[in-house]
Amino acid sequence: MIQEACELLGRWDSYDSWIVLTAALAGMACALPGVFLVVRRQSMMGDALSHTTLPGIVAAFLFAFYLKSRGWISAEVYEAWRHAAMFAGAMAIGVLSAVLTEWVQKRGRVEANAALGVVFTTLFAAGLLSIRLAADSVHIDPDCVLYGNIETVVIDLWPGTGIPRAVVVNGGVLVVNLLLVFVLLKELRISAFDPALATTMGINARWMHYGLMAVTAATLVAAFETVGSILVIAMLIVPAATAHLLTDRLGGLIGLSLAVAAVSAVCGHALAIVAPPIAFRRLGFATVVDASTAGMVAVAGGLLFILAMFCGPRYGLISKWVHRFRLQIRIASEDVLGLFYRLGEKDDAPAVVPAARLQSTAVGALMSKVALWQLARAGEVTSAAAGYRLTPAGQLRAERLVRSHRLWETYVAKHFELPDDHLHESAHWVEHFIDPELRDELFAELSEPTKDPHGAVIPFAAEGEPGTDDRPETRPS
Amino acid sequence: MRGTQVNRQSAERPPRGEMTAELRPARRLRAAGKGLAGTVPRGVLLAGALLTGGLLTGGLLGAQSHPAWAADSSRSHAGVESTVVGTGTPTAHRSLADLRIEWPDREQLMRVLLLQDYNTRVVLAGTVVLGAAAGFVGVFMLLRRRALLGDVVSHASLPGIAVAFVLMEAGAPGNGKWLPGLLAGAAIAGMLGVLCTKLILRYSRIKEDAAMAIVLSIFFGFGVALLTTIQNMPTGNSAGLNHFIFGKAASMVAQDVYLIGTAALLLGLIVSATAKELRILSFDERFAATQGYPVFGLDTLLMALVTGVTVIGLQSVGLLLVVAMLIVPAAAARFWTNNLSRMTYLAAAIGALSGALGVVASALFPRLAAGAVIVLTGAVLFAASMMVGTRRGLLVRWLNHYRLQHRVGKQHVLRACFELLEHRFERDANLSRDLTEHLVTEDDLLPLRWWTRRRLRRLLARAERDDLLVGVRDGSYRLTRHGADAARKVVRNHRLWEIYLIEHADIAPSRVDRDADDIEHLLGIEVVRELEQLLAEQHPQFPVPPSPHKIEPTTS
Repeated sequence: MIQEACELLGRWDSYDSWIVLTAALAGMACALPGVFLVVRRQSMMGDALSHTTLPGIVAAFLFAFYLKSRGWISAEVYEAWRHAAMFAGAMAIGVLSAVLTEWVQKRGRVEANAALGVVFTTLFAAGLLSIRLAADSVHIDPDCVLYGNIETVVIDLWPGTGIPRAVVVNGGVLVVNLLLVFVLLKELRISAFDPALATTMGINARWMHYGLMAVTAATLVAAFETVGSILVIAMLIVPAATAHLLTDRLGGLIGLSLAVAAVSAVCGHALAIVAPPIAFRRLGFATVVDASTAGMVAVAGGLLFILAMFCGPRYGLISKWVHRFRLQIRIASEDVLGLFYRLGEKDDAPAVVPAARLQSTAVGALMSKVALWQLARAGEVTSAAAGYRLTPAGQLRAERLVRSHRLWETYVAKHFELPDDHLHESAHWVEHFIDPELRDELFAELSEPTKDPHGAVIPFAAEGEPGTDDRPETRPS
Repeated sequence: MRGTQVNRQSAERPPRGEMTAELRPARRLRAAGKGLAGTVPRGVLLAGALLTGGLLTGGLLGAQSHPAWAADSSRSHAGVESTVVGTGTPTAHRSLADLRIEWPDREQLMRVLLLQDYNTRVVLAGTVVLGAAAGFVGVFMLLRRRALLGDVVSHASLPGIAVAFVLMEAGAPGNGKWLPGLLAGAAIAGMLGVLCTKLILRYSRIKEDAAMAIVLSIFFGFGVALLTTIQNMPTGNSAGLNHFIFGKAASMVAQDVYLIGTAALLLGLIVSATAKELRILSFDERFAATQGYPVFGLDTLLMALVTGVTVIGLQSVGLLLVVAMLIVPAAAARFWTNNLSRMTYLAAAIGALSGALGVVASALFPRLAAGAVIVLTGAVLFAASMMVGTRRGLLVRWLNHYRLQHRVGKQHVLRACFELLEHRFERDANLSRDLTEHLVTEDDLLPLRWWTRRRLRRLLARAERDDLLVGVRDGSYRLTRHGADAARKVVRNHRLWEIYLIEHADIAPSRVDRDADDIEHLLGIEVVRELEQLLAEQHPQFPVPPSPHKIEPTTS
């Protein structure tokens, strides 16, 4: 299978590179407005815009065609006019959809999502109808708008150069978007995170909203023509959301989403070449050669998103699980240490505690085994012939733990009207999270007690010897 | 007297089945527990109605067994476009920028309107049933504030269709386009999409809007990638699969309509059977949870219903637009009523109507695609409802607002007159206390409130029309007997409320005037009675208690 994949990838040539470059540029251009849509929680607005720009495109086509048919512009500049009209139409329709949605929502008291749904489906239906009506003068194939023709970008070159037109157009849009972000970063940041503050600073939040819609729509339109709407919708939100899983800073968000867009373009095209033949050959369809790059770039974006969801350094599921597991082990080993200490308090205490007795803590047999292993590794217990023995370091940590426990019980008994048998539960949880400073404070606050409410002696453990700091966060594990 | 009492009683008690969201919280419990029981027989009724509809549909289709039926079915299953709706005979040559619509001739019009074409009847029946089912389910989706969920489901269903096609082709070559199989794949993928949205929401810090956008775009992208791959398959008559994206009502055949009808009937029955639970879920999820309803199960049921509607709408409206069938009729129905069961019927009716009108229009004008026309018809109905809807429509609300403004303005004039005269009485004890004997001029009134001369003139003219004032000569007026009574009443309301605010709400006397200004027009008779009782000891001088603060002409 890997061999097959390598063989398929071995056919990579300059065409493939141009395709990847186009997809990457389009994706990066879309990711920039996408970042702001995601942080403003208007992602579905972006999705809606990708539908509503259709009537704008059709209107622009008709307008340019009308100019040409009246003889007002010549055939040479027709394309340029058409493009200009398309951008203008898209921006107008972007603002129009925002305004209409707001109007239906406010005036009609319709819920925001429903208002959006009504407006974008209506505009899209109008666009579809006008395509049909104007089919003779406007050569837009709805399928083409949907799928794009990214596989054939190499055919259409920018006049006078060897660079595909799509690369130039999407690169230009990317540059413009980058410039806009660079110039308006402060305004965008404030109006995205704190519209009220933005208003007090004299930034009109409403115009920022309309501006973002207009820029999004223009970006969408540029990408539509070259890569199709699928890629555009996916690249608008997915890279930004992926970056959102990895970072908290707006700068990082922008940089990472650009990177994710670029990487998903590369991976997507590779997937489009490799995955379908391998999968379909197994189903018995040998003639299948590749899949739509645009679609596969979306899929690659999705895979990257899943990857970030699991492996993100801070918000990733795996790091959360690891963190939780570590905490569980620490609590379990401290419970074992506490048990050690309490057994040692009895008069007939054996120096060596059998493993079976230690495993009777609340955390379960398996966790106590893991905890004992962990303690032995940290040098806090040593295994003897019949069981385990506390080392001096272990003894100190156990004393501190029991000290925290009993101080807390005393504190709770002093300040809250609780029966004695209710004290243990909370202390059993809190003991793991009390640091030396808090212990000292409790000790001072309770005027240096020696016994807890149950009559047990509160051990006095020296604090702060070098190397035996018992704050668990700094303990190497 | 008795009459007013009866009226008041009936005004206090909300009609049974009134929306719980609009009741006071204390009443919610009762309404939810008791009032909803009334919907169950209605649900059964509705199921009956749907059943009748289904039977009628069957009758309609079976009434004339068409000789071309078998051929028709095989044709469109093979992906060949059926030519009765939506396509027609293409005109040979047209000028390029020609946007004219060809008007149908009389014969064609009659044929379509009288449903003489077998195919029109088939498509019409299919879209009507679909529209009704979509409106029916959409109401709950809308009230649960999950309006765009349908969009996620419809986009997510595309890879399901493609995978189902590939699997069926792999299993039995040539049979890839078996509709029930494709729709089952679509339903599974749609539910999977919703599930993914929920998982992302549950296990990451991504918000709902982004989660929906992510799922729909990735599933859709995957679906498109699969479709393009399928085009390369040797059996690849995949042309028909594209119809699921933009919809092609014309490719519907009687068999499909039976399938859609059965599914819609099933959905309707499920909704009727669980109307009570869905209703509680839509309005107050937490209340439902505390009452022991299986909220998660009900939520999943609602998703399944939405998926069901989406899937049966794929063929005729297309997956890009089917979400409109769910949202638009329900949102339009909301303008007309506050009653949930009425809203459901209305939404079903609007959905069915837009379906029917869309199909008829697209049969009459061959260049109009049915799916888009259906959605646009729905949008027109929505816009009309938004304008003239009797409950929340703009016109009604404007009218109410206008009336209120009118009343408030009138009362402001009256109070200004009263306070002006009162001021004069205070200065000169010898004046007659009859309010109707004294003249007030426009110039006297102008500094009393923040109003422009133009507005004051208009208000005075209106008060004169309402027989509250009599114009004596240019710019001078005198209160009529009727006007004097009204003025006394409105000033009393104002001052009662002011005293109440000072005594009980601890508001500074210098500020009460403005607060009382807002409420004086709205005080009901009961509140006034209560206030009178409450303040009778402190201020026994009826009919009008004195102003608690000094009245001075405001300098505007």
